[in-house]
Amino acid sequence: MNSFLAANAELLITIVKIVLLLFIVLTVNAYLTWFERKVVAHIQSRWGPHRVGPHGLLQPLADGVKFLFKEDPTPAGVDKFVYFLAPLLALSLALTSIALIPFGPDPIRLFGHVIYLGIAPPDVNIGILALFAITAMGVYGVALAGWSSNNKYSLFGGLRSSAQMISYELALTMSVVGVLLMAGSFNLKDIINAQAHHPEWGILGWNVWPQILGFFCFFVAAIADTNRAPFDLPEAEQELVGGFHTEYASFKFAMFFIAEYTNMITVSCLCSIMFFGGWLSPFPASWTFTHYLPSAVLIPFGLWVIWDGIRYETIFGRVILPVVGTAITALGAVFVFASNVNEFIQGPFWLLSKILVFLFVYVWMRGTLPRFRYDQLMSFGWKLLLPVSIVNVVLTSFAILAKMQWGGK
Amino acid sequence: MGWEMTASLVVFFVLAALAVIGALSLIIQKHPIHSALSLIVVMVALAGLYLLMGAEFVAAVQIIVYGGAIMVLFVFVIMLLNAGVEEHTSISKMAGVPGLLLVVALAGFVAAAIARSAASVQSVSQSGTMSSTKEISGMIFKDFVYPFELTSFLILVAILGATVLAQREKS
Repeated sequence: MNSFLAANAELLITIVKIVLLLFIVLTVNAYLTWFERKVVAHIQSRWGPHRVGPHGLLQPLADGVKFLFKEDPTPAGVDKFVYFLAPLLALSLALTSIALIPFGPDPIRLFGHVIYLGIAPPDVNIGILALFAITAMGVYGVALAGWSSNNKYSLFGGLRSSAQMISYELALTMSVVGVLLMAGSFNLKDIINAQAHHPEWGILGWNVWPQILGFFCFFVAAIADTNRAPFDLPEAEQELVGGFHTEYASFKFAMFFIAEYTNMITVSCLCSIMFFGGWLSPFPASWTFTHYLPSAVLIPFGLWVIWDGIRYETIFGRVILPVVGTAITALGAVFVFASNVNEFIQGPFWLLSKILVFLFVYVWMRGTLPRFRYDQLMSFGWKLLLPVSIVNVVLTSFAILAKMQWGGK
Repeated sequence: MGWEMTASLVVFFVLAALAVIGALSLIIQKHPIHSALSLIVVMVALAGLYLLMGAEFVAAVQIIVYGGAIMVLFVFVIMLLNAGVEEHTSISKMAGVPGLLLVVALAGFVAAAIARSAASVQSVSQSGTMSSTKEISGMIFKDFVYPFELTSFLILVAILGATVLAQREKS
C-alpha cells in the first residue's frame, strides 16, 4: 500500500487538488450568488436575502436544495443528445479553465513533495492560449442549448450568444497581445513575474499603466464573453423569456448558472494576473510591515462579526455568527504569529483580494448599467473595441522596439 | 521499434480513434448541427494530437481558430438559416461506384506513403521541433515572409470583396 502511494504520489496529489479546488470553486460560486443579490439589493435600496440564516447566509444552500429537488421536465421536440450535452459542455469547460490558473508563487513543501497552488504545473508554456482555447469552446454550451430546446426564444438567445462571441473574441484576443509582448511569454507565471522587474515600484510596475487601453478592451470584451450585464442579450428576460436557458429546469439550469459564475471567477483571475500584477503586492518590496495587512483586515472583520452576532435577532444567528467571527479572528492571529505562514499567504492574499474586487465590479456594473441594444452591441465591438485594441498592439510594439534601440542595454 | 503501450501511445490511439469516429459521423449524421459537432470533435482531437507531438502553440491555435472561431461561424449560420434534416435525392446513385474506387485508391496511396516512411514517423512524433512560438514566428516573418505576406494580401482582397458584396446599393 505504501509503495503504491509513493509510486503514484504525483497523481494522488493532483486528484486531491482537483477535488479541493472543485469544492472551493463551487462554494465560492454559491456565495457569489448571495454576494451579487446582496450588492444589487443595496444598490436598489433593498435588503436582499435575509430570511434563511443570519444575513441570508444560508440562502445559497436553500437554492441548491431547491435546484436538486425541482421537477426536471424535458420539453417535447428537443434534440435529446444536444439538449443534454449543452449544460454539461458549459459547466465542464468553465471548470476546466480554473485549473489553469496559478494561485500563488510559492509551493507548499509537504513530506518531500513540492505542491504548487493551482492544478496545472506552473511551467505550462501556452497558459494564456490554452485558457483562450477553452473560452472559445465555451460558447457552444450556450449556442447549442438555444438551438436544441425547440423554442424560438431559446434559438434567439443562442444566435445572439454566438454572434456576440464572434464579435468580441477578436477584441479579447488582440487586447492581451500588448501584455504578451511586454512579458515575452504565454506563461501566466512569467506574465506576473514580468511585472515585478522593479520591486520598489510596487503598484506602479503593473501592466495596467502602460496597457490601460488593453485593459479597457480586455475587461469589456471579457464581460461580453461571459454574457453578463450589460452584455446579457442572450438571456434578456424582457425580450426572450429566459433566453437560451428558457427550456432548462432543475439541475440542468443550475449547471448553466454555475458555469456563468465560474466564468466570472476565471475572468477576474485573468484580469488580476495580466494587468494587476497577480499575486504581487501593490506596495514596494521593502515595506515589510505590509505583510501584516491580511491580519489587519481579518482581525477587525472577525471582531465585527462577533459583535454583530451577539446583537443578532435570531438565536441561531447569535450562536453561529460569533463562532464564524472567532474563526476569522483566529485565522488573522495565526497570520501574525506564524511567520512562515505569514510569508506564504502574501501571494494568495493579494491575488484573492484582486479577484474579489473584480467580482464586485462585475456585480456593480450589473446593478448600474442598462443593457445594450443589439446594434449598439455590434458597433461597439467592431467599431470601437477592435480598432482600439489593434492600435494598442501597434503602440506597444513601437514602444518595445524603441526601448530595444535606444534603451541602452 | 518497440511497441510497448506507453501512456502517450494510449492517448494517441484514443485521440486518433476520436478523430476517425468524428470524421465518419460528420458524413453519416443527417442533421447539419450534428455534422458540425462531429467536425468540432475532429478539430479538438487533432489539437490533442499536436499537443502530443509537443507542438503546443499549434494545438492552441487549432482549437482557438478552427474549433472556436470558424466552427462557431458554421454553427451560427446553420442556426440562422434554421436548416433542417438534409434531404436525400436518388439522382446520384451512380456516384457510389467511382466514389468507392476513389476511396480505395486514396487509402492505398496513404498506406503506401506511411509504409515507405514508417521509420521516420516515430521520430517525428518524439522530437517536437515546432514547439516554441519563437521558432514559428521566425519562420513566418524571416524565412517565409513573402509567401506569408502574399497570403495576407489574398485574405485582404477576399475581405474587401465580401464588404463590397454585402454593401447596400446606393439609392
